[in-house]
Amino acid sequence: MSTRIVIDPVTRIEGHAKISIFLDEADQVKEARFHVVEFRGFERFCVGRPFTEMAGLSARVCGICPVSHILASSKTGDRLLAVTIPPAAEKLRRLMNLGQITQSHALSFFHLSAPDFLLGWESSPATRNVFGLIAANKEVARGGIRLRQFGQEIIEALGGRKIHPAWSVPGGVREPLPTERRDYLLSRVDEARTTTQQAISAFKDLLDRFSEEIEVFGKFPSLFLSLVGRDGEWEHYDGILRMIDAEGNTLVDIDPQRYFDYLGEHIEHDSFLKSPYYKPLGYPQGAYRVGPLARLNICQRMGTPLADAELVEYRQRGGGIVHSSFFFHYARLIEILCATERIKRLLEDPDLMSNRLRAQASINNLEAVGVSEAPRGTLFHHYCVDENGLLTRVNMIIATGQNALPMNSTITQIARRYVQGRTIPEPILNRIEAGIRAFDPCLSCSTHAAGQMPLLVQLIAADGQVVDEARR
Amino acid sequence: MSVVTLTIDEKIVSAQEGQTLLDVARENAIDIPTLCHLDGVSEAAACRLCLVEVVGTSRLLPACVTRAAEGMVVHTTTPKLVEYRRMILELFFTERNHVCSVCVANSACELQALAASQGMIHVRLDYLHPHLPVDTSHQQFGIDHNRCILCTRCVRACDEIEGAHTWDVAGRGIHSRVITDLAQPWGEATSCTSCGKCVQACPTGALFRQGSTVAEMQKDREQLAFLVRARKEKQWIS
Ligand code: SF4
Ligand code: FES
Repeated sequence: MSTRIVIDPVTRIEGHAKISIFLDEADQVKEARFHVVEFRGFERFCVGRPFTEMAGLSARVCGICPVSHILASSKTGDRLLAVTIPPAAEKLRRLMNLGQITQSHALSFFHLSAPDFLLGWESSPATRNVFGLIAANKEVARGGIRLRQFGQEIIEALGGRKIHPAWSVPGGVREPLPTERRDYLLSRVDEARTTTQQAISAFKDLLDRFSEEIEVFGKFPSLFLSLVGRDGEWEHYDGILRMIDAEGNTLVDIDPQRYFDYLGEHIEHDSFLKSPYYKPLGYPQGAYRVGPLARLNICQRMGTPLADAELVEYRQRGGGIVHSSFFFHYARLIEILCATERIKRLLEDPDLMSNRLRAQASINNLEAVGVSEAPRGTLFHHYCVDENGLLTRVNMIIATGQNALPMNSTITQIARRYVQGRTIPEPILNRIEAGIRAFDPCLSCSTHAAGQMPLLVQLIAADGQVVDEARR
Repeated sequence: MSVVTLTIDEKIVSAQEGQTLLDVARENAIDIPTLCHLDGVSEAAACRLCLVEVVGTSRLLPACVTRAAEGMVVHTTTPKLVEYRRMILELFFTERNHVCSVCVANSACELQALAASQGMIHVRLDYLHPHLPVDTSHQQFGIDHNRCILCTRCVRACDEIEGAHTWDVAGRGIHSRVITDLAQPWGEATSCTSCGKCVQACPTGALFRQGSTVAEMQKDREQLAFLVRARKEKQWIS
């Protein structure tokens, strides 16, 4: 018996997905949908395990942003223990999250999206990747790679490993930051900031060329959700949850512990993603966007001088409350800038080197929620435990799930603009993909399982027939 | 006590009469893998990892309970033994849920270390994936039956060193499991003195300190042997 192994082409979305474009009777695009068909079972198989294992377990939900899960999980753990963690532990956790935001955004911008901006959507798929970018613009590619490396080095300095650092734990963190690592990171931070500033000014130069993309790559009014500091400052680790409408009015400030009073979760029949929505508006009107775009729309200021100056210009260019998903890229760069400024501030803080890092306690709450901002958006962990700390229920709400409906709207908008008739030409396929990539979805994460599926775009006529199909 | 001479792996060695082959081999820097053996407590010969070939005997013999005898010729790493050991390890891994990457004892686990040192690169049998409970009712310690290999080291350490005999084994065959008192939750086992010797004795992440997170459970197994030696030699008094 012979076995046939098919290796599908790797695309530049992390994880894999299927997209359906539905045509109406007149062969006009009616709607587009983004299906995620990977299996999700993570919340189920954690039940019965000690809650202390969750930080390590949930880091395995996703190899792309384990740090975010570890932080949300250990924050939930802090609540179960009913402790306030030592100040140095909180600062170190913040440092790690900033490292994570830096490395993840740098990956998204430089490796995954810059090839589109700098080489063009119509350029050959064979070169429209990071290698093509290196060939075309060594400086940008090199800076981007080093910036991402800087973020990873922060994670490694704290967690000991780049990928699954079981370092942040209920009650605090396990290890201090070694002095020589701190000094090393300090020596790298200025370069990281300069690279980011250069990328921002390069991106702004390009922005005028992208007026079309800005209009069609998912520009629509929606609600936005993110954490925000109590004083209105950009926040990534703690604070309150704020939901704003498309005009920027605050709809509600939510205590993260009570998120379920305001957020419902809808299960799509054709996708394993759960789609959360704002309960007072119902489903699907209550769909909202999370991530860099939402965070920058919600905060009043970034809280660091350079990023604050950029925020002012960003809002001028984007028209106040920014509706275009294309601006996700721009927002990401400003967040990296803010992260580098904050990283420097933290590294220079003498408190950071304290060795009081972990509060010890036993179970004092039987239910808790931990919320943090992952690079892609707000991440919720919600655990119930028994008297002995064994998990009885686990719920997670992931950024990509929250952005699922807005991603559908984005693809619909792009398809309406570029798809005419019953065929899918290659450049249009790239634009659809780039539209999704603006959200930087990580699908293995949002479905809580690692699986593989090639990106498949299908054009479906009004009678239900698949009239064209494209695969990458 | 008389001295005997024997050959282990082509090396001529001498031993006290009555000494176990494992003991003699270790004295002579010959490594025989073990799992249920623990310095300081009696032998159970339960894991069969220490099996060796003795010329003239068709059966494989566990080195931890086989006595050295005059003229014995012993082989510790024949292809057959290597294959048997790997198979035994694979059976351990299939029987319960050993997921090193998320285990509290990751990198401090004897089972994991043996799988690596004995070249167990994959498991050829289907995993059984049993649904086994975790008992964290004790204030300080917990037991995860998913990681238990039934070596009974905890049972022997508790009985022979601490003298509490909180631990025992209940059930038969694949349904066996270690219990505290009369299969009560550990937190309700009145005989337990909370000394933590069982936790140190355990080769895997089955017994752990509460609150431990991934790869955090370091174990000090030598301390048990130290306690036994000190007591026997009355080191406290002199
Ligand atoms: S709990 Fe540990 S020491 Fe006790 S029998 Fe199981 S594996 Fe051996
Ligand atoms: S060590 Fe000899 S049988 Fe386990």
